Amino acid sequence: MFEPVLLRNMDVPDGHLLSSYEAGGGYQALAKALRQYTPDEIIDLVKQSNLRGRGGAGFPTGLKWSFVPKRADKPKYLCCNADEGEPGTFKDRIIMERDPHQLIEGMAISAYAIGAETAYLYIRGEYVLAIRRLEQAIAEALAKGYLGTRILGSDFNFVMHIHCGAGAYICGEETAMLDSLEGKRAQPRLKPPFPAVAGLYASPTVINNVETLVCVPHIVARGPDWFRGIGPDKSPGPKLYCLSGQVRQPGLYELPMGISLRELVEDRAGGPPPGRRIKAVIPGGVSAPLIPERGLDVGMDFDSLAAAGSMLGSAGVIVIDDSTCMVKVATRIIEFFHHESCGKCTPCREGLNWVVKVLRRVEAGQGAPDDLEQLEALCKGIFGNTFCALGDGAAMGLRAALAHFEHEFVAHIEERRCSFH
Amino acid sequence: MNMREMIEAAAARYPDRRSAIMPALLIAQKEHGHLPGPVLEEVADILGVERVWVYELATFYTLFHTEPVGLFHLQLCDNLSCMLRRSDDLLRHLETVLGIEKGGTTPDGLFTLSTVECLGACEMAPVMQVGDDYHGDLDIARIDALVDRLRAAAGQATGAELAVAEPPGE
Repeated sequence: MFEPVLLRNMDVPDGHLLSSYEAGGGYQALAKALRQYTPDEIIDLVKQSNLRGRGGAGFPTGLKWSFVPKRADKPKYLCCNADEGEPGTFKDRIIMERDPHQLIEGMAISAYAIGAETAYLYIRGEYVLAIRRLEQAIAEALAKGYLGTRILGSDFNFVMHIHCGAGAYICGEETAMLDSLEGKRAQPRLKPPFPAVAGLYASPTVINNVETLVCVPHIVARGPDWFRGIGPDKSPGPKLYCLSGQVRQPGLYELPMGISLRELVEDRAGGPPPGRRIKAVIPGGVSAPLIPERGLDVGMDFDSLAAAGSMLGSAGVIVIDDSTCMVKVATRIIEFFHHESCGKCTPCREGLNWVVKVLRRVEAGQGAPDDLEQLEALCKGIFGNTFCALGDGAAMGLRAALAHFEHEFVAHIEERRCSFH
Repeated sequence: MNMREMIEAAAARYPDRRSAIMPALLIAQKEHGHLPGPVLEEVADILGVERVWVYELATFYTLFHTEPVGLFHLQLCDNLSCMLRRSDDLLRHLETVLGIEKGGTTPDGLFTLSTVECLGACEMAPVMQVGDDYHGDLDIARIDALVDRLRAAAGQATGAELAVAEPPGE
């Protein structure tokens, strides 16, 4: 029986308060880290655990940390990416609202590992309750000596600041987030240099997602073997899955990495509404290509989903049933990417504008016979030709919808109407 | 603290004052309701940064409003997870009940109606943000009850609170 760890405090009354967190053993991992391990040993523990970034890319966290130069004449920074904007994703918000100290402890240990004394927590401005809870939790942690100078009697000094975003999906891209933190329009940077070498204020910087950081105290407390023992060895650990859309029990589920998508959707979340059948599932937020119903027997981990032509992404699992028009779904997804394109590079800015126009006319029953060829040509022009992954995500999503549901697009064009509504 | 003091406190968190433009704009917007040109210039002057830096952020990020918005800004999510749970019907209903189209503000200045991209609360889709609060698992009846509650709250609000909806005098 799998024991939830990341969500273990969800149902604790006043679980967001320091007293509740301490009562459940909170901040003991930080004490253990500072007492028993050097920073390099913490990095080794995280490497051994095979923890991979939960923001979407799945990059090995310990390896990312090890890229930070040991000797640097500039201060190092830790940034927490809490700009959770991937449609279908709400896991970080729930952690920050209900268990903010878990994140603070994870950030403190991670900052110790990379040698950072300052962290910025970049959170979306819409998350007002989470922001309030975090502000309160930071104040509590400072007063109790879990943050500040000479933490728990060690030589480690660490402060963290909240930076509120203002509604730009692109800030989830880590270099765009850094530009935003520097007070600029959020536009991705050309890499290299990578943030570990020259990130925030051109200083060595590590950017990790909320869920990644909250795994860290548990790895320190229970050891890397425990973590690696959950799920596939190359993509292990407890994982948060966000279930939404046309499913009976939407919500946040903590289960092992690698659980089958079918089990997650049909058993855990109760399947589609009565009388409906699943048509397709998006496994990792709208950037992840959809998977038709027949493909649901796939493991929810980075490697299995990549092999199946999709991606784990943010594990925002969106269920689509047979009452829904896939042209409408594809149109809405591309409208989103078009709206959020930062405008820096032409293929994304102009290409998505064009794609939206074509999709809207197809959905409205006014498509032209060559519109599907147009769409593929546009995808080809966008994919691989942009600074960041936003354009790629849009093109991949559209291509998957076209590949698996071409008949619906063709029917819209030939019948000059949408048969769903 | 007044606005200048709050902005100075925010600026102290960063090694570079330019980083404080976003927090300063959020502070200024809370103070003024929206961000007209003179407010943007005041922010630039307090921080001692280029005015264009402030303008370019105020027009890039969707949470900043350079035009006035109603006392209650109804921000209905219409992204995929909410769309799959009939947010389209809720939008049409709100447009009918309020007598305005998406993007509009009621003549009394009480309501602005917008659709927004994913609010990150898909477990309670369809969802709408009003001010600081999320309202989830919405249907027509809950929307009606919410609008009634907001109207009643506006009726009890003081003149000072309602002034948030009005463009500040220059």
